Amino acid sequence: MRTDHHIILRVVAKPLIPIIALFALYVQFHGDYSPGGGFQAGVIIAVAVILYALIFGISPAMRAVPPAFTRSLAAIGFLLYAGVGVWALLMGGNFLDYDALFNEADGGHHGQHYGILLVELGVLFAVAGSMLSIFYAFAGRVTEIKDEDW
Amino acid sequence: MMNWILQMAPAWAEAHAPALIVLLPLLAGPLSVFMPGKGRFAWGVTVGVTALCTLLALVMLAQVRSVEGGAVISYAMGGWAPPYGIEFRIDALNVLVLLLVSSIAFLTSIFGWPTIEAEINAEKRSMFFGAFQVCFMGLLGVTATGDAFNLFVFLELSSIATYVLVALGAGRDRRALPAAINYLLMGTIGASFYVVGVGFLYAATGTLNMADLAVHLQDVGGNRAVQVGFAFILVGLGLKAAMFPLHQWLPNAYSYSPSFVTAFLAATATKVAIYALVRFLFSVFSLEYIFEGASLALILAPMGIAAMLACSFQAIFQTDVRRTLAYSSVAQVGYMLLGISIGTAAGVSAGLFHLVNHALMKGALFMAVAGVVLTYQGTRIHDMAGLGRSAPWTMTAFAIGALSLIGVPLTAGFQSKFALVSALLASGWWWAALIVVFSSVLAVIYMGRILEAVFFKPPNNPQKRHKEAPMLLLVPLWILALANIWVGVNGGFVQGLAEDAAQALFIGGGQ
Repeated sequence: MRTDHHIILRVVAKPLIPIIALFALYVQFHGDYSPGGGFQAGVIIAVAVILYALIFGISPAMRAVPPAFTRSLAAIGFLLYAGVGVWALLMGGNFLDYDALFNEADGGHHGQHYGILLVELGVLFAVAGSMLSIFYAFAGRVTEIKDEDW
Repeated sequence: MMNWILQMAPAWAEAHAPALIVLLPLLAGPLSVFMPGKGRFAWGVTVGVTALCTLLALVMLAQVRSVEGGAVISYAMGGWAPPYGIEFRIDALNVLVLLLVSSIAFLTSIFGWPTIEAEINAEKRSMFFGAFQVCFMGLLGVTATGDAFNLFVFLELSSIATYVLVALGAGRDRRALPAAINYLLMGTIGASFYVVGVGFLYAATGTLNMADLAVHLQDVGGNRAVQVGFAFILVGLGLKAAMFPLHQWLPNAYSYSPSFVTAFLAATATKVAIYALVRFLFSVFSLEYIFEGASLALILAPMGIAAMLACSFQAIFQTDVRRTLAYSSVAQVGYMLLGISIGTAAGVSAGLFHLVNHALMKGALFMAVAGVVLTYQGTRIHDMAGLGRSAPWTMTAFAIGALSLIGVPLTAGFQSKFALVSALLASGWWWAALIVVFSSVLAVIYMGRILEAVFFKPPNNPQKRHKEAPMLLLVPLWILALANIWVGVNGGFVQGLAEDAAQALFIGGGQ
């Protein structure tokens, strides 16, 4: 596997992948103040894993982030989002009514703050999980291109 | 009985029913993915959730009917007041469709287990039920929502789940894969047309809430953008509703998907699209707009009649029972569209009445065919020869559904066809009434061919022993078959619901 003509790609990608993942978290948490949020961050996280799969092969990527995990991640993210809505229902508000989350007095905004934070986290999980599941579904079907064929 | 339901229902159910009915399958869908037990758990959860949704629909029905003339339940998502936030708006029209979809989902999911066990791989079953829940949730969401864009989101959610469900028929017949791709392409085009239409309306009015749209549209009136938007929405929803000639996706999708999926979709999916069409035609737009009157008379009515004739003829020449029933579904959609296109309260209520009855009869017919697929592995008419003797219970229920489809007196089909013909005659469309009768004769021919094979031909394989479908399948099948007779003998209740629904559209003056 380890042949010379991939060396630059491997060397460049290795430090890039953690930076990409970190940038995803920046986009995620800066979504409160600037463009960004769960969807974009989820795509960027998925891109980090896809880049890994492109350069190091699909099976190492599937070992690092198993397909069963990505499917579950999508479902968990979704449940997290809907769970915030149910929490609001249990606290006596309407579905997804963040103001009801903590039973605050008028003027309190913790509910709005934490509500959207959790919901965006759910979006992050769901988007990253779905993107990777779709990628694995497509990529897993083709035999990998051998190094000699490059 | 309605008062009794209101007394029994807990306060939280009454306050949050519009959200909960969509939320329950929405939560159960992703949960199903984690469930062990080769799908058995997921099936149990599905039956439970659909039962709860049926109860919630009943609670909402009781709430709507508790006020003379029909109450309107409005539920603001996330506490954002409409028209700015997303509103779920339940009135006499969509509560009927909610009840129909959830009760059919309940009955089909009970009967579903034996057929799924036979047709779907063990490791895929949990995911299959997850996809079914999402599809079910999407159909309920389309029906419950009062927001035009939110309707698009739910429409796409249910459609995408449907493509998956249809494709899973590949375990039994590989032709399910091209059928699913075909459906995906057509369905996506339909959804895109719908969303483009909503975009035009938004550009013209600056709002997406349906009730608010109706108010603002009166100011902009016959604006070109509004007309274009109307045309896009009509085509988009027409595609989803299998309006002739946009029905090409339907026969293959119904023929090759898993039996359980066919029974559920045939009874609900096109019905929900027709509901959305009615909602746009009479709630958002109204007959005051000249272009709407013209498109009812020049597009919907001729297309409905064309479907009744062309697809009934096509149904006659099919050799596969499921394809016959699928073409007949398109023809029946023609009856509903014809009723709607009259544009009177009587016509719309006849169309809605036929919508409910068609769900009952097609549900029963496809369930019976599912029983045959399960026990005898064959869907051609040839395969069903002689089954009247070897599977009398399944086939008697099939015959009741078939008679109802033809419109024999004392069945549901007769009641709604009678209502349709009366509405046509009241508006002076006597020629259309004649075509309805003629198309029913065609139904006699295509259902008669199947019934003849079932009851009067010798079995093509004498080895076939007496083999009935399992009890889990027979009970929901017979509930639907008896519902056909009950509506046929005592149609007042369902017809009353359909009339209330039409009244809500017309007296409400567009909400």
